[in-house]
Amino acid sequence: MIPAGFDYQRASSVDEAIALLTEHGEDAKLLAGGHSLLPLMKLRLAVPAVLIDIGRVDELAYVHAEDGEIRIGALSRHHDLAGSELLRDQVPLLAEVAGQVGDPQVRHRGTIGGSIAHGDPASDLPAVLLALRATLVARGPGGTREILVDDFFSGFLETALGADEVLTEIRVPAMADAGWSFQKFNRRAQDWAIVGVAAVLSNGGGVTQPGVGLVNMAATPVRAAGVEAALGTGASATDAAARADEGTAPPDDLNASPDFRRHLSRVLVRRALEAAGA
Amino acid sequence: MIGDRLLRKEDARLVTGEARYVDDLQIPGALWMAMVRSPFAHARIGSIDASAALSMPGVQHVFTGPDLRDAWINPMPCAWQVTEDMKTPEHWPVAIDKANFGGEIVAVVVADSRYAAADAVDAVVVDYDPLTPVVDLEEAASDQVVIHDALGSNRSYTWTLAPDPAALDQAFADAAHVVRERYVHQRLIPAAMEPRGVAVVPSPYGGDITLYSATQIPHILKIMTTATCGVPEHKVRVVAPAVGGGFGSKLDVYAEELVAVALAQRLGVPTRWTETRSEAGVATIHGRGVIQEMEMAADADGRITGVRAKVLSDMGAYLQLVTPGIQLLGAFLFAGVYDVPTYHFECTGVFTNRTPTDAYRGAGRPEATYAVERTVDALARAVGIDPVEIRRRNYVQADQFPYQSAGTLLYDSGNYEPTLDQALELIGYDQLRAEQQRRRDAGETKHLGIGISTYVEMCGLAPSRVLASLNYAAGGWEAATVRILPTGTVQVVSGTTPHGQGHETSWAQIVADRLGIDPDMVEVLHSDTAISPVGMDTYGSRSLPVGGVAVAMATDAVLTKARLIAAHQLECAEDDLELVDGSLQVVGTPTKAMTLQEVAFEAFSAHNLPDGMEPNLHAQVTYDPPNFTFPFGTHVAVVEIDEETGQVDLVDYAAVDDCGNQVNPMIVEGQIHGGIVQGAAQALWEEAVYDADGTLRNPTLVDYCVPSAAELPNFRLGSTVTPSPTNPLGVKGIGEAGTIAATPTVINAVVDGLSHLGVTDITMPATPERVWSTIQAARGTGEVDQ
Repeated sequence: MIPAGFDYQRASSVDEAIALLTEHGEDAKLLAGGHSLLPLMKLRLAVPAVLIDIGRVDELAYVHAEDGEIRIGALSRHHDLAGSELLRDQVPLLAEVAGQVGDPQVRHRGTIGGSIAHGDPASDLPAVLLALRATLVARGPGGTREILVDDFFSGFLETALGADEVLTEIRVPAMADAGWSFQKFNRRAQDWAIVGVAAVLSNGGGVTQPGVGLVNMAATPVRAAGVEAALGTGASATDAAARADEGTAPPDDLNASPDFRRHLSRVLVRRALEAAGA
Repeated sequence: MIGDRLLRKEDARLVTGEARYVDDLQIPGALWMAMVRSPFAHARIGSIDASAALSMPGVQHVFTGPDLRDAWINPMPCAWQVTEDMKTPEHWPVAIDKANFGGEIVAVVVADSRYAAADAVDAVVVDYDPLTPVVDLEEAASDQVVIHDALGSNRSYTWTLAPDPAALDQAFADAAHVVRERYVHQRLIPAAMEPRGVAVVPSPYGGDITLYSATQIPHILKIMTTATCGVPEHKVRVVAPAVGGGFGSKLDVYAEELVAVALAQRLGVPTRWTETRSEAGVATIHGRGVIQEMEMAADADGRITGVRAKVLSDMGAYLQLVTPGIQLLGAFLFAGVYDVPTYHFECTGVFTNRTPTDAYRGAGRPEATYAVERTVDALARAVGIDPVEIRRRNYVQADQFPYQSAGTLLYDSGNYEPTLDQALELIGYDQLRAEQQRRRDAGETKHLGIGISTYVEMCGLAPSRVLASLNYAAGGWEAATVRILPTGTVQVVSGTTPHGQGHETSWAQIVADRLGIDPDMVEVLHSDTAISPVGMDTYGSRSLPVGGVAVAMATDAVLTKARLIAAHQLECAEDDLELVDGSLQVVGTPTKAMTLQEVAFEAFSAHNLPDGMEPNLHAQVTYDPPNFTFPFGTHVAVVEIDEETGQVDLVDYAAVDDCGNQVNPMIVEGQIHGGIVQGAAQALWEEAVYDADGTLRNPTLVDYCVPSAAELPNFRLGSTVTPSPTNPLGVKGIGEAGTIAATPTVINAVVDGLSHLGVTDITMPATPERVWSTIQAARGTGEVDQ
């Protein structure tokens, strides 16, 4: 409830944020919507010495189409993504899931970049980006680089972002005519998923192969690689779903044991694939 | 007026933020307290090194238990000595040499700001010597490790109600059916929207103190402040400002209140503390924590001939204000709404190394109702009849009231079967049974379950003589004052202490109804012992059937005096006056009249009153009820159970309740809505989970699953009206009924939905993994899809 003391700096541009990160190094944390970081600080599970607020860097709040893909500014709020006509039309999976994050207050403050950079395996959006094989764009003192989503989540709440880098953009393929589904299993609407599944089927265009991302099935957001491989060889939804937990390491918490999560992943992947039209 | 759905007078200031809770109070110069709490469930306290904390900016003092021991003349109070030989551990606000639950206060940091105090807590170094924690209730009862050395046992008391043991034994010996059930009520965290808070302001001279607290019981707290801190009672003023819910958890005297008083006196400056949500999980009392062994005997037709209930009740580490008596509030109700001739109840209170338990919405009656209503369903299965039919066969019939129960209560009134009929109609029972069968025949994996519960409860605490017979330390009366002011508006001073119930609205309706005036002319004052010095506060669904009745009686007394004045001035006989729209008129001559406002001014000026009459128009009444009130009803829940995931969805719910005459049906419905949610929460969502070391694993609202509107259906509400003959308003309490009914209703639905698989029980809360595992066990298989 009462966080430890910290210094507060507000950045008005990406460049200023990078400069502040460079100045304060490992002691600093970026603050965007604050809906992951501030609760951790109030429980004193996170004790950053400096908060660099990028919440007003408006240059990073956008959604537009370019080169056959959809580019999303990292500071786009979940609520804005859920309501974006371009996204609803071209990447309905992402728009739908953005509308299911947390509760209305969280969706009005929380940002897609914050959710991705936090790297929480229990968050919904990382699984969606895995399913869509997204590309992430980061900017640091040395310039801009692209990171494939499969290379991004490196450990529990750890990512490939450098301490002096800002996640600026998320790029996903247009998937208008691809089958898709998101299955979120929880006890209360506002909760993180106990297990979640984001699935998209190939549309022969921007989505060249089926993608299945899992929520809360390991220390990082993970891809259901066994399912994707099975689908690639023409397996039925039921047969492919039987491989849902391959390569996962589900957590043990008050909501579910690892074995129950494995079971849920198989049920939910099957439902997702069936709903997507596999 | 009575019976109108008047919008609540309280709500504008609550929704605009005008209302002030304890934490909102601006108190210049106040020092903030933060509590150093034991991380261990059971540990000896060695040395405490506060030097690092004291060197931090803004930190003024750090006090340990021994530092403060002489600040109190008595330990923390327990007001309910349920048996002569009940064992009560000494309980000081700050632990002296041993911590007996995780979260017990071992030191107090006092600082200039809340932040400085919070920062310093981690800098206080306490040398703990951990002891074996006693976490499991049945292990605790075995006394392998005794928590309180001086008591020699973890068993605090055994309380027995055995009116006729020989008859009971005979009933079981003769029975065609005997069902034996074991039920576990998990610990629940009350989770009021506003955590607790306290602020104590000493007077600059004279030794008076004002204690602001988020409490349900300012009057009782005032007496207990005197009893523990030694401040003379007339020097203590207790104020409960806006209070954001309690559910029983603020019906207590807490360590933080007594520490704040002690330090305000010692330091001579205001002291204050606001609980954090995580602190509330361990520092505020828990509810339930009960294991029941239930036996029911019946004849071949399923007519119940006897009940025998044995209960273990988890006290936690200490006895708080009414901890040992909670199960006694349900002890008389283990036959429920049924005509059962023989009866046995016994309860043993046991200490564990966990947060103390105490009153939580329903307090004993949800536990009793759960045992009865689940066991009746088990009996229906044993006899082979529908749960509706088993209930019809056993109800106490309308012509049996007043009904003397084998459990020694006199049920003042009742008519149970119409509530069942109406509830079945509302929910569409026959169609649901057909749909349930269709799904089963089709082999579908989403099962339908229908659960029923008919309850009766005893509330309106309470007749003082009955409380005396139970060894409760206080009475159960309530006080009210009504004043018609010289300009005609009305002031009501209530001894009840609302913290969400809407007394300002309901009491205004009662007064306005009787005086024939606009309820906006009635102001209700409460929750400040300087304004309302006499009262017994709010708990046990007592406010309306005791306090509201006192308000009505005080109104009548004022009206009687007004009639005497009007008759005197209009020169007519008192019997010739009738009250019409707030005016006393001579019957048949409406022009010859005085408004109540005119009468009030005459009473104030006192120029022309009857000989010997005192001036002014006010009356105080203290009402001690002759009996409890006995609200009843039938609830029906419909659940869908996903066999593949174990998810239980509560998809429909009907509740038909009878609380006698309703003063404000909207407020009644609000109580029932919230009550159903809290009862369903025990069935499906909430549980305080401890690990083997006695550490609470889910003190935050992320992990402690209080449900929201998104998880619940719209409720179908109905009612019947059987006025209580016990009080002149014909009213009964309704604050706890929803909670009492809902838990067994929902669990009966879950068990019903899986009964074709052979499932007869499910542990609460019925989480997806539990339900799924139960199905697996019933099917005797591994995974369904493997």
